[in-house]
Amino acid sequence: MLTIDNLANEIDGKPILKGLSLTINAGEVHAIMGPNGAGKSTLAYTLGGRPGYAVTGGSATFDGADLLDMEPHERAAAGLFLGFQYPVEIPGVSNLQFLRESLNSQRKARGQEPLSGGDFIKLAKEKAALLGLDMDMLKRPVNVGFSGGEKKRAEMVQMGILDPKLAILDETDSGLDIDALKIVGAGINAIMRKPDKAVLLITHYQRLLDYVQPDFVHVLAAGRIVKSGGPELALELEREGYAEVLAA
Amino acid sequence: MNALALPTRREEAWRYSDLDAVASAWPVAAPTRIDVAADAHADHHLLQDAADGAVAVHDYVVTVADGGHCAFHLLNIGGRLGRVTFDVTLGKGSHFELHGAIIGGGEQMLEIVTSVTHALPDATSGQTVRSILGGHATGNYLGSINVARDAQRTDAFQSIKAMLLDRTASANAKPELEIYADDVKCAHGATVGELDKAALFYMASRGMDPATAKTLLLKAFVAGVFVDMTDEVLRERFEQAALAKLGTLV
Repeated sequence: MLTIDNLANEIDGKPILKGLSLTINAGEVHAIMGPNGAGKSTLAYTLGGRPGYAVTGGSATFDGADLLDMEPHERAAAGLFLGFQYPVEIPGVSNLQFLRESLNSQRKARGQEPLSGGDFIKLAKEKAALLGLDMDMLKRPVNVGFSGGEKKRAEMVQMGILDPKLAILDETDSGLDIDALKIVGAGINAIMRKPDKAVLLITHYQRLLDYVQPDFVHVLAAGRIVKSGGPELALELEREGYAEVLAA
Repeated sequence: MNALALPTRREEAWRYSDLDAVASAWPVAAPTRIDVAADAHADHHLLQDAADGAVAVHDYVVTVADGGHCAFHLLNIGGRLGRVTFDVTLGKGSHFELHGAIIGGGEQMLEIVTSVTHALPDATSGQTVRSILGGHATGNYLGSINVARDAQRTDAFQSIKAMLLDRTASANAKPELEIYADDVKCAHGATVGELDKAALFYMASRGMDPATAKTLLLKAFVAGVFVDMTDEVLRERFEQAALAKLGTLV
């Protein structure tokens, strides 16, 4: 589904990713772990197409198409979802309006009819319930006044409504207490654990992986994947620390 | 000053204006008078959507008698020059509020000029102006609040925000306070900014195309201006006109 080959980029002239390669197939959940400054968030933003994240080498192919050649909104319409470590607040625009415009923009780009108001509300209710988020929250402006946990839950409601093929979730577990972590983990499984979908979890900690079990774990350090393994690698990292595992 | 003499740039209220455009339409019509009686409540509005290339100058002289209340909603979007001015005098315990939006593109110059005089105690006033400017358009707001020596417990504010869509657009904001009383609250704030890039990327990452995302942010920016219009049909007309104008800019 996603093939990243030797990807390199720079921000403000400073190289961050230095030849990163990774293949994710449908039905798989991958986790990328790594120390601060390794380039984890940079990878997420680069795949999402954030302005300022200039690609200097390598390629990324999503379902056979050149991902790096697409505008950010085209990547979303193609089925990519980016979960933000720090979801953005948008005063004056309600979550429902935001999501309906997003979904219908995507549908238009795919040559589908827009979803009617009634059908959209039904869908939003269903996904909000899945994440235990009150519908009233969705009537409020996007992320404005939301707690850290509410923002992350709202992001997962967005994911549920937009129904992507591939979700790249950048530290979705940060700012969550144990209860919220369970709900968000269950939400990710319910929405994305399907044979035709895939997930890339970016995280510092093992704890989210207790709820969303990865098939593969990778260690990112200094802009490259330096080690890959099964779920046991995450436990090893948790037990021994990055320095120890990377030195071995 | 001769009322029929062409204004010059030396006059404060014409500081940023398009004097050539004004000259082409001189002399402009006499001011419209709005007199609000004591304890009366009045709602007024203007949708200034003159044709492209036209010069539209609207002057209002407003007096609000003791205990009166006057609200004015203004959408200033039309013409090569669209200029709307208010000269307001407030009686004891009276209230005046202006809710204005400027949306301009091309070579337009759109301006709002207010002069609010608190002549007597206990009056309140507010001006809220939101401007969106693209292309080579210029948006001006010049607003003075004058508080007379006897006008104790005056409570006045100005909230002026402008959004520039292109590097070639410009906005001028010039708040001015002249206060002779000592027990007075006058707040004013003016900002000029651009669309929030982080919000635009967030919206794009959810699949929203750039034009839809920009329109949504701009709608949110001006939405508050018409929200408390009591006449719903009118409010809808203002919102539709604002939206249509935005559609020509993004």
